[in-house]
Amino acid sequence: MSEFQVDKNGYYGQFGGAYIPELLYPNVKELEDNYLEIIQSEAFQKEYLYLLKQYVGRPTPLYYAPNLSDKYGAHIYLKREDLNHTGAHKVNNTIGQILIAKHLGKKRIIAETGAGQHGVATATVCALMNLECIVFMGEVDIKRQAPNVARMKMLGAKVVAATSGSKTLKDATNEAIRDWIQHPEETYYLIGSVVGPHPYPDMVARLQAIISEEIKWQLKEQTGKENPDTIIACVGGGSNAAGAFYHYMDEKQVELVAVEAAGLGVNSGESAATSQLGQVGVIHGSKTILMQDEYGQIVEPYSISAGLDYPGVGPLHAHLYHSKRGTFLNATDQEALDAAFELTKLEGIIPALETSHALAVLPKMDLKKNQVIVINLSGRGDKDLETYITELEKREA
Amino acid sequence: MSKLSQLFAEKPNRLCSVYFTSGYPKLNDTGTIIKNLEKAGVDFLEVGLPYSDPMADGPTIQETSSIALKNGINLDLIFNQLEEIKNQVSIPLIAMGYFNQVVRYGAEKFCEKCQSVGIQTLVLPDMPMIEYEQTYKSMFAKYGLSNVFLITPQTSEERIKKIDEMTDAFIYVVASSSITGAKGTISKAQIDYFNRIKSYNLKSTLIAGFGISSKDTFDTVCEHVNGAIIGSAFVKYVGANGVDKIDNFVKEIIGN
Repeated sequence: MSEFQVDKNGYYGQFGGAYIPELLYPNVKELEDNYLEIIQSEAFQKEYLYLLKQYVGRPTPLYYAPNLSDKYGAHIYLKREDLNHTGAHKVNNTIGQILIAKHLGKKRIIAETGAGQHGVATATVCALMNLECIVFMGEVDIKRQAPNVARMKMLGAKVVAATSGSKTLKDATNEAIRDWIQHPEETYYLIGSVVGPHPYPDMVARLQAIISEEIKWQLKEQTGKENPDTIIACVGGGSNAAGAFYHYMDEKQVELVAVEAAGLGVNSGESAATSQLGQVGVIHGSKTILMQDEYGQIVEPYSISAGLDYPGVGPLHAHLYHSKRGTFLNATDQEALDAAFELTKLEGIIPALETSHALAVLPKMDLKKNQVIVINLSGRGDKDLETYITELEKREA
Repeated sequence: MSKLSQLFAEKPNRLCSVYFTSGYPKLNDTGTIIKNLEKAGVDFLEVGLPYSDPMADGPTIQETSSIALKNGINLDLIFNQLEEIKNQVSIPLIAMGYFNQVVRYGAEKFCEKCQSVGIQTLVLPDMPMIEYEQTYKSMFAKYGLSNVFLITPQTSEERIKKIDEMTDAFIYVVASSSITGAKGTISKAQIDYFNRIKSYNLKSTLIAGFGISSKDTFDTVCEHVNGAIIGSAFVKYVGANGVDKIDNFVKEIIGN
């Protein structure tokens, strides 16, 4: 078996597992006992692939970006996850998990969200399947991602503000877990990233793996080879990166670049670059690398991007980092903003702030001529317009 | 024999335990709280180790933990505070915190400190049973520490029996499937649940927790299990009334 697949105990190397209170044990066990069988069943595959094609709009294009390529002297392809229904890769996972939840007979769906993309993707599939939907979102994020809050409400979801801690993704996740503890029987917790107790990281990675599955044949169609030299993706919890890396993890010649949010700078005290600032610990039910103080108290992270503003990283990524299979870079708020404006002007594509971090490492990399690079364009920038407008005004002043 | 086992042998029912958040309401209240609770007739105590992300706790304990952390509380200070009153109290003390705190502090160092301040029992709600069996059981034993496991209405009979086997302190019976601080009374479904557990004829002492906030709920629960832990209600009380009138709160509940 691949050293980058989860083992039978739910670990990637030393990372992963299920560090959960007994109150959650039956729910997690139920999922662990059933998820593989459900995902591998013909009925699931048929419905999942049908919805991805006809409802989500897959396959998403693999677009050769000529102007960006010119500028950096490499062959740069953009995997257009931003063109998915709801505007990001998140829906690949929510379509899959909502089918699993239905199979398990769950009636009430809860989710956490940072940027609101996962919240919107969850509210969307709940509307589609006519299921009750409650989304937990940090109070700070509710303010900075107002359009997504409105979308969730319009889709019929109840948005609950998380007001503890840093009032961001970590706290929204705490609130969702707490709600799950209170409603253990009828509720399905639809986690949006490759985080949480086993089997969530593996389940979400499998549901996002469609991204690299498509990259393989699309690249082959366009270049004759299915492997690029490099794949770049941003990492908060790490679901889009997990999807983009998934089918390449064992292809050691393919460089996997994960880009974390450095906020105001890795060492500024206002950062979310977990691999650089964290140590081994347990967060949200999983052993991974996380930002913490000497007493194990979780440090509140910071990034301009709500989707990367998370003090941990999925256990798969902790393993990729620790084993050196992955290259972990980071980008500051300003570098991400610059990259967003650059892509918009060069290619006419406005990326999400999260995605902009992945683009922002291009100037920092030592690129070879004709290097084939795939950047996972995980989401579109509509939700970030307010931030972009502020930046635009600054630039015009 | 641990202090707890001794206590359970002497007093098989109406055991009253109180949870408090260390470092709350004020940083150095820990010693006074313990002494006053012992004086008021509480049988054993849960020393809460404030954590930034206490996912098994309700909003009251989360909020007081966050205030305690802002007050400057940390594990070293808590151990110092316990060391200072070690010779003035004899009540059994349990430490309740989260697995990450223990791992980051250094599990062995944590155990050593617990032993030296007189803690003999731990509640770490997010420590997986498999980690306990493989790694921590023997380490805890080396320092005279026993671990408490939680069960809920959803825990299977098979798992409850396994927990009973592994337990040498008590089983923490989560009274409702909700989190701590939930309001209200003890329902018929909860009583059925207590009776179901009793019907397994477990060897362990059963202590109920979560949602016990009044004389009424305490009395009802004690008809079915050996005792109860009061958490959120006490923490709220000291938040509003300070640490000097703790005996009023305790007498109200155990009715001395």
